Amino acid sequence: MAVTRDIVVSKDGPSGAGGPSSAGGTPPVVEVRGITKRFGSVLALRGADLALYPGEILGLVGDNGAGKSTLVNIISGALAPNGGEIFVGGEKVHIGSPLDARRYGIETVYQDLALAPDLSVWANVFLGRERIVRGPMRLFGWLDRRAMASEAREQLDRTRIRIDSVDALVGKLSGGQRQAVAVGRSAAWGSRVLLLDEPTAALGVEQQERVGELVRSIAAQGLPVLLISHNLPQVHELCSRVAVMFQGRVIATLKPSESGIDEIVSWITGAALVARKPE
Amino acid sequence: MTAATSVEQAEQGGRASEPEAIGLRAPAFQRILERLGSLWTFGVLVVIVVAFGIAAPSLYTKAAWLSTSEYAVEYLILAAGQTFVIVTAEIDLSDGAILGFSALAGSLLMNNLLNHHVDGGLTTFLGIVVMLASGTGVGLLNGLLTVKLRIPSFIVTLGMMIALGYGATNLLTNGNEISNLPNQVLAIGTDSVLGGWLPIPVLVALGVALVLGLVLGRTRFGLRTYAIGSNRLAARRAGVAVNRHIVWCFGLSGFLAGVAGLMVTANLSTASTIAGQNDELYAIAAVVIGGASLFGGRGNIFGTVIGTAVIAVLTTGLVLANVSAFWQYVAIGAVVIVAVAVDQVRTRTAD
Repeated sequence: MAVTRDIVVSKDGPSGAGGPSSAGGTPPVVEVRGITKRFGSVLALRGADLALYPGEILGLVGDNGAGKSTLVNIISGALAPNGGEIFVGGEKVHIGSPLDARRYGIETVYQDLALAPDLSVWANVFLGRERIVRGPMRLFGWLDRRAMASEAREQLDRTRIRIDSVDALVGKLSGGQRQAVAVGRSAAWGSRVLLLDEPTAALGVEQQERVGELVRSIAAQGLPVLLISHNLPQVHELCSRVAVMFQGRVIATLKPSESGIDEIVSWITGAALVARKPE
Repeated sequence: MTAATSVEQAEQGGRASEPEAIGLRAPAFQRILERLGSLWTFGVLVVIVVAFGIAAPSLYTKAAWLSTSEYAVEYLILAAGQTFVIVTAEIDLSDGAILGFSALAGSLLMNNLLNHHVDGGLTTFLGIVVMLASGTGVGLLNGLLTVKLRIPSFIVTLGMMIALGYGATNLLTNGNEISNLPNQVLAIGTDSVLGGWLPIPVLVALGVALVLGLVLGRTRFGLRTYAIGSNRLAARRAGVAVNRHIVWCFGLSGFLAGVAGLMVTANLSTASTIAGQNDELYAIAAVVIGGASLFGGRGNIFGTVIGTAVIAVLTTGLVLANVSAFWQYVAIGAVVIVAVAVDQVRTRTAD
């Protein structure tokens, strides 16, 4: 159980949908309060709260339809919420698009990775924020390929990702390597927080382990990670805290050091809610 | 820890490891095919140049070079624009029609200006502006219809091809051709450099190919063109303005159709209502022979130049070898199919 737990966690027992968290110590890097989202007549989120602290790996779990993806999509700017507030570094922000989210330092690794298989590793790392040469050729958007290749190399090395050549086409990489590129790319750009949506769903056991190590090393460098996953053993092993969603709310935040997988499951299914609700 | 992995995840793991096992199967074979990449079409070009040279030594004369290269001009210019469109996983069936329409529109204006005794230089300038602007305009319209109405570009440009190529072009001049053109325009078609070896239209076509090759291969615009064709969603998420980019690519294709229209008009000293008809087929064939994928993300201008050269040499070579002109079509059609078949094998092994 060599999990990094040397992280300041300022609050949260299984206390249910709690209020804003500022209870002492480090302020959250990203916090959402009372987020609601409606799809037609379906209320996907009914006031979800979540706070992410520096250097932590926060697991976000819940049954299908509990609202995990919706919440993540709202934080990453892919969806607009109907209500609620988002705070980045303590300031209230409006995230209207994925580009907005990025501007606030929120990087997302999507389930389907969002890589272009016909482009090289460095081109994928820099897509959308290409380095352009100085001088007159700048006018034509002339790419500084050498700079991008060497920077991509450095970025991936920093996250301990082993890719033989950053000139290789992403389509020629293995599933695990692609995952590593996607995570490494976002980690390199994410200045504040990294959102991982089911990063290991398509991977073999060994590669899941490797991605786990990667996530751990990213968090160890101080970048908090929000990990959305169905893989409870992995969540339990990796995360310092686990937020459980149920019917559009975060109903509990547990510490794996105190709660077993069984307890997490009982919150996911709502059983714990029934058992613990005397009111 | 992983011992606790649930059955569901184990299943997913098993599924995911499958493609990798396939990928490992034949690295040597795979690498050879990759290396061959776009080069194998270059090999085909060399083979047919040698083969036709043996069958008809007159292929190696200046006259044969001039007729081959001048024949290739309009296809190369169209195919260069078509490459950008195809790399984004779209298609432009209307570039031949745009060629005919813009050439006739510009020529109609020049004819009228000459009839009003306007200076030939000014007339030429205005005529060229109209050709390029009308080509670009129709191209941009193609792009806008494609992304705004979310209609497949195959349909949009098919409609444009029919409406423009067979309808609007004839409406402009009641089906008549225009031969009353300023000398400056005709000079474009007759002048040449390098002791007559490099006619101006050929020079223009090669210049277009060089510039667009650099744009596609070395600039941000080019990189994003590949990204859009390779994974549109990924490009969008990376912050690429996908729709606007696609509109620009269609605009570029239209602009080049205007350039090609000017070259054809200058070369023939006439703007005809059937100019450019079916050109899109050869342009697409050239791009595909050059190694581009109609699913986007792959292709380059060098390949397109080779593809165009293959078509042009086949055409001239068969004529010089006294083979029935109808065999040209059979040969070119076969090359297109073989090129894509080889490409399929290549990608299947690579994935």
